[in-house]
Amino acid sequence: MLKSKTFVKKTRSGGVMKIVREHYLRDDIWCGSEACTECKQESTELLKDACIESNLCSFPHYLVPDTNVVLHQIDVLEDPVIRNVIILQTVLQEVRHRSAPVYKRLKDIIHEKEKHFYTFTNEHHRDTFIEREPGETANDRNDRAIRVAAKWYSQHLKKFEADTDGLCVVLLTNDQGNKQKAEESGLLVYRFEEYIKSLIANPELVDRLALSNNDKNEITSSKVLFPEHLPLSRIQSGIKSGSFLQGTFRASRDNYLEATVFVQGEGEDSTEVLIQGLQNLNRAVHQDVVAVQLLPRNQWVAPSSVVLQDEGAAKDDAVEEGEEEKALKISAAEAARKPTGKVVGVIKRNWRPFCGMLNISQIKESTRHLFTPADRRIPRIRIETRQASTLAGQRIMVAIDGWPKSSRYPNGHFVRSLGGAGEKDTEQEVLLLEHDVPHQAFSQAVLSFLPKMPWAITPEDMAKREDLRHLTVCSVDPPGCTDIDDALHCRELENGNLEVGVHIADVTHFIRPGNALDKEAANRGTTVYLCGKRIDMVPELLSSNLCSLRSNVERLAFSCIWEMNQKAEILKTRFTKSVINSKASLTYAEAQMRIDDVTKNDETTKSLRGLNKLAKILKRGRIEKGALTLSSLEVRFHIDSETHDPIDLQTKELMETNSMVEEFMLLANISVAQKIYDEFPECAMLRKHPAPPPSNYDILLKAAKSKDVEIHTDSAKALADSLDVAKVDGFPYFNTLLRILATRCMMQAVYFCSGMDSDFHHYGLASPIYTHFTSPIRRSADIIVHRLLAVAIGADSTYPDLMDKHKQSALSNNLNYRHKMSQYGQTQAVGSQQQPQLQT
Amino acid sequence: MAGLELLSDQGYRLDGRKATELRKVQARMGVFAQADGSAYLEQGNTKALAVVYGPHEMRGSRSRTLHDRAVINCQYSMATFSTAERKRRPHGDRKSTEMSLHLKQTFEAAVMTQLYPRSQIDIYVKILQSDGGNYSVCVNAATLAVIDAGIPMRDYVCACTVGFVDETPLADLCYAEESGGVSSLALALLPRGGQIALLQMDARLHQDHLETLIEAAMTACKGVSKVLDQVVRQHLEEVSMLTGE
Repeated sequence: MLKSKTFVKKTRSGGVMKIVREHYLRDDIWCGSEACTECKQESTELLKDACIESNLCSFPHYLVPDTNVVLHQIDVLEDPVIRNVIILQTVLQEVRHRSAPVYKRLKDIIHEKEKHFYTFTNEHHRDTFIEREPGETANDRNDRAIRVAAKWYSQHLKKFEADTDGLCVVLLTNDQGNKQKAEESGLLVYRFEEYIKSLIANPELVDRLALSNNDKNEITSSKVLFPEHLPLSRIQSGIKSGSFLQGTFRASRDNYLEATVFVQGEGEDSTEVLIQGLQNLNRAVHQDVVAVQLLPRNQWVAPSSVVLQDEGAAKDDAVEEGEEEKALKISAAEAARKPTGKVVGVIKRNWRPFCGMLNISQIKESTRHLFTPADRRIPRIRIETRQASTLAGQRIMVAIDGWPKSSRYPNGHFVRSLGGAGEKDTEQEVLLLEHDVPHQAFSQAVLSFLPKMPWAITPEDMAKREDLRHLTVCSVDPPGCTDIDDALHCRELENGNLEVGVHIADVTHFIRPGNALDKEAANRGTTVYLCGKRIDMVPELLSSNLCSLRSNVERLAFSCIWEMNQKAEILKTRFTKSVINSKASLTYAEAQMRIDDVTKNDETTKSLRGLNKLAKILKRGRIEKGALTLSSLEVRFHIDSETHDPIDLQTKELMETNSMVEEFMLLANISVAQKIYDEFPECAMLRKHPAPPPSNYDILLKAAKSKDVEIHTDSAKALADSLDVAKVDGFPYFNTLLRILATRCMMQAVYFCSGMDSDFHHYGLASPIYTHFTSPIRRSADIIVHRLLAVAIGADSTYPDLMDKHKQSALSNNLNYRHKMSQYGQTQAVGSQQQPQLQT
Repeated sequence: MAGLELLSDQGYRLDGRKATELRKVQARMGVFAQADGSAYLEQGNTKALAVVYGPHEMRGSRSRTLHDRAVINCQYSMATFSTAERKRRPHGDRKSTEMSLHLKQTFEAAVMTQLYPRSQIDIYVKILQSDGGNYSVCVNAATLAVIDAGIPMRDYVCACTVGFVDETPLADLCYAEESGGVSSLALALLPRGGQIALLQMDARLHQDHLETLIEAAMTACKGVSKVLDQVVRQHLEEVSMLTGE
């Protein structure tokens, strides 16, 4: 059956356009229920005995939530208890339109088999499609469409009543009008809260209910604390006229009454607006996009140097706030005033579920408690729960529902518990969640793309690859490393030159483009190392076995082989897919011992000595060119082998062999970068490190000046040289400190797609071009680079996304994000482990 | 959220079709008496009128005369009211010239021109309402008109556009889909022999996907040919009934 949809649309230029679209109605859309014998469906999602024990409905039933229920109560819908739900197409489309994150979560639920969620395409079903009536708003029409579809279901299911003991559908809506109309048409309808509270077996679900508007009155006093947010229309006109500025709200870590709003200007021209005081902050939460109004110049203040933490629990609602704010004002020095403003409205909230701890209310029977997030930039959140006593001492997740102007704190609801505070697993989970590190176990779909064990190199693989098994290859890694992705060799050629090879695990042989395994790896972006735990980017079978270049087994590799003369000048470079058989997996210390031990003269040792010699020359050359050697304090833990608790920590010491391996990895990366850029100037994935703007060096210069040391920052070379001579007598650690500071001055190195950028320079390494090639097991950028290189040498076929610079660029943005987050996470993990160590 | 969801998870498109389903095709032959052949064809909301004159003696520049076969002259135009925004469309703009040329190439491959040396066949097509797939609708309408004119062809020429979304080929795109950033491909096929009369694609598509896309286009064209065949047969029945044979 054919219907045409006609509607008018306003064009950008202001004209009115009539748009006619076809709308086909079908009779082959099935109900998806197991109980149905009429529909000719191949598979069913909805179970016949759909039982959730409830006081309200004692019979099996399917749930039909309306749009607002889905939008606000997605946390509850995600619970495994809620099953057999019909999601109407109308609802799905409205959700898609209104909130992208909720839409994504809803789709994830629908895809989960055990949840038995079924999408009913009601808009194209001949019996459930309705047209908008004259005078009816789009919302009313959608509500009616939902009711019609629910009605259709209840009539449809009635036909099979005999063998399903009264299976029916329950419409869930929070809209009073909608509910009434549904009741009039004879539907079974409940408010969502009503229904969830009636569930017998699962009282804890009630805590997860988001507070809807009706409930808010109860929780807040009538006193107005904050100025009203302006409506969006006024904000927009204000931004247009320049009286407001739009920017990202960044709360201060150290002072809860202070924040900056980062206003992105044209090009480099961006400013920061300082915001001070609860009233001016006006309920903005870290990372929200807000509109700010600048205060008159005479009210401008300087950022305070006071550390202020919200001690919430004592003074539940703002009473003594005034004094703290006064303290803040006094500290403001006249000279250092900055543009100051106040938040007038929130353009986009960027709330996510936050991890943290519950502060139990002092009143014993109270069900309202404050929640302190782990991230200090997030304000405390007030939640309502009846299981406070069990949640005390646990790390929990809480989502914000809203922040009324009469409430000191935002209102939220409990999402889930992560486990006992202080336990290693829980703390790690918190770290991972707070840094948005995907850390779930790999799904079956992903695992299905793994090679079948036992795995061996097939003759076909052998035929396509160069056989390098006869070479004396060895790997040098930190102790305890199981994901070995690089190995080296060096031998003397007959003409007196040296042949040096870097062999990298051939991960792309196992991870084929576009499959679930590849997508998962690209999403995870990097392996994250926490103390004693590794969050793998690829499943363990690959990372620690098939791709790991362990000794005395045959492994597939991607080799980069140079011919060098004794002065370490490259004469020839060659890339090839190969098969290698590593002769030894050494640790840095073992390798160092072999080099130093004059009595040893076996093949491996000779090879190591050759490598070491070349590496020294290479390093010298690099430093002459102006590469920086910066220092960051890295610590290592000694982990008790049985309890897996850290028992000791020490700063990482660097040996010659560390820099030997590093030197060749750099060389391989640079060679590969050049090769793929020559071959694919538009879509090579490269890594750059921009030179920092001069203002970044301020802290370094200030620190150096305090000891009367001069630091030049005009170029990388000048910086490196002046760092080398910066020494203070009787303060041996000063130089290291300066180097640590210098690291802080640097910009972040980032991945990018060569077609989208023109500046390729890597400042820190003083190399005109650079990429990551040498760790495909733990970095996803390397996988892309491997593929590009494989195509460049004709060893593999290409695929569409590889050559698409926009997709490539989107991917590198994700990698940069993951990389940054994982680094923050790793630093914090080290920090949180250090703490107990330092205490003892 | 930006953009339209062209293919839902349940496999339905914007207008409720499945990926391989065509729009509803309706057609009539012999709509004008003066012309030698004419046809009107609707494919969903795209509507086209095709008129054929000839074969007749060369008109205009006689220098274009071919000694071994007929010349095919095509003219494509769009009505001012054919799109959502009313727009005057002068003759001979770039787009319609290109389209005319494509039609000409298509029909040169299908019409048995060697039967009419030194003569000319005129095909005029007008889009009355446009909702995507203009080229294919024109070809389908013109085929019926040529058949109506009684000019022998090797086979029906059937055309169809296909697009590529989420690794799935979508048959017979409507305007909303065409403008939604889908790489689309137009194919004109002589279905019985499976010969391709014209293949046109000016979007980017990876080589690996090309084969599946052509495959899908061919299936769609065969679907169109079934419908056209029915129309022709029904038309013949009606005519023969009227003439009392």
